[in-house]
Amino acid sequence: MKNIKEIRSDFPILNKEVYGKPLVYFDNGATTQKPQSVIDSVNEVLTSYNSNIHRGVHYLSDMSSEAYENARQKVASFINAGKKEEVIFTSGTTGSINTIAFSYGERYIKPGDEIIISYLEHHANIVPWQMLCERKGAVLKVIPMNENGGIIIEEYHKLLSSRTKLVSVTQVSNSLGTILPVSEIIRAAHSMNIPVLVDGAQGIQHGIVDVGAMDCDFYTFSGHKVYGPTGIGILYGKEKWLSELPPYQGGGDMVDKVTFEKTTYNQLPFKFEAGTMNYPGAIGLAAALDYVTAIGRENISLREKELLQYATEKMSAIDGLKIYGTSANKIPTISFLLKGIHQYDTGMILDKMGIAVRTGTHCAQPVMDYFGIDGTVRASVCFYNTSEEIDSLVAGIEKVKSMFA
Amino acid sequence: MTINEIQDNIIDEFSLFDDWMDKYNLLIDMGKDVSPVDPKFKVKDFLIEGCQSKVWLHPEFDGHLITFTADSDAIITRGIVALLIKVLSGRTPEEIITAELYFIDRIGLRQNLSPTRSNGLLSMVRQMKLFAMAYDAKQKQI
Repeated sequence: MKNIKEIRSDFPILNKEVYGKPLVYFDNGATTQKPQSVIDSVNEVLTSYNSNIHRGVHYLSDMSSEAYENARQKVASFINAGKKEEVIFTSGTTGSINTIAFSYGERYIKPGDEIIISYLEHHANIVPWQMLCERKGAVLKVIPMNENGGIIIEEYHKLLSSRTKLVSVTQVSNSLGTILPVSEIIRAAHSMNIPVLVDGAQGIQHGIVDVGAMDCDFYTFSGHKVYGPTGIGILYGKEKWLSELPPYQGGGDMVDKVTFEKTTYNQLPFKFEAGTMNYPGAIGLAAALDYVTAIGRENISLREKELLQYATEKMSAIDGLKIYGTSANKIPTISFLLKGIHQYDTGMILDKMGIAVRTGTHCAQPVMDYFGIDGTVRASVCFYNTSEEIDSLVAGIEKVKSMFA
Repeated sequence: MTINEIQDNIIDEFSLFDDWMDKYNLLIDMGKDVSPVDPKFKVKDFLIEGCQSKVWLHPEFDGHLITFTADSDAIITRGIVALLIKVLSGRTPEEIITAELYFIDRIGLRQNLSPTRSNGLLSMVRQMKLFAMAYDAKQKQI
């Protein structure tokens, strides 16, 4: 494995200074930074072979179409999908979830049906289902959470019933970092023939994702959270579902034959890819997955476990600091508050010290409501961060405490 | 003093400090001096909700001048709230409507007033102007 110095030099932005101080980037949960290879690959599309995909008969269009389809194959291999046709490019996790909420909803959801989500969901895995429930007269059921920031799995088993038509849960909580027991969730749902969507926005970058072994019916993630470009995401779906579902959006490339009387739809995966897709993003995402594979996903996991342990130890030792999300099974995301100090104040002062964290509700207001708080400060760490940076954060927190004491 | 004279005073006061830490400390101190919003007005009707911090703003109009009281749950936000009160409270509706606020930019706290911060401050300025417009319209009707 490359050493940390080599890894950091792959990411140009990590050498940046803000307010004259070295950047400490702990907002990886919101978006990750990009290695040079990703930047180069997008740059190469735009400078060397930019052309609309699946359209032209000409040389450049062939090149970009081929690179785009190779990217699809790369994603399929990375998540161990059975076929590349099961991989749909979207605009991001939100786009992927909305696609299923619409298409699955139109096809299968009737009044009185139930959809199960968990308390830990990002708003992107709450609101599309609420909109569907409103449209169809269906009911949203929520797996409750506990003090540690995990879900109460026994309650999930009780919620499953003949009325349940879909389970949609996050793999990892974005606000607290908790890893959910998705395998158990999927097994239980499947025993009752209920399909499961897994929101992998915070899972894809922190370990090995094998949709085959997981056996989920749908898996969604965003390119920009796994060191790729923004505006590109993935919807993986088992072929048996995707071929049954109606398309989400109509437009170019998703059609087979169009007349004013009737339109027939293209085959998978194109049925779900209406309009000109973000092919530079898709090609950039493939470069990001190549980068992650080259570093080694086991290596990334191992390094992140060490960083989590170091950060948890150091931060727990700070007087008046409370960590939200204390599950034994979590990614290196540390959500915290300082006693008597508002998260915005903490975030503003850390920012001035060159430390980028996120403050607020993290698009997970129910989780904040559960703890009776308005928000937290979230330091989301990843493999290119260092223990020295965690020391800087700890020093920054001490400074905040001295200013607001 | 005019609104602009007060703004210039604030700019002078902040220009004494080069270091951002000192500027923020001054701001934190100013936040402590905010005269509190009457708890009975600290309710949803007077709440300006931001994703990052909350601001409560209460106007009172005596037929000539508008007096604002305001508060925030975050101390840095409260410091800027204090500055906005200093500049815009106790003014006629017309003065408030036509006021051009340049001091926040000049004292280096512009990022606190950017729409992306969603800390309630930008909405607070907008709300103060809206109250002034409403009182102004009411006055002209009579």
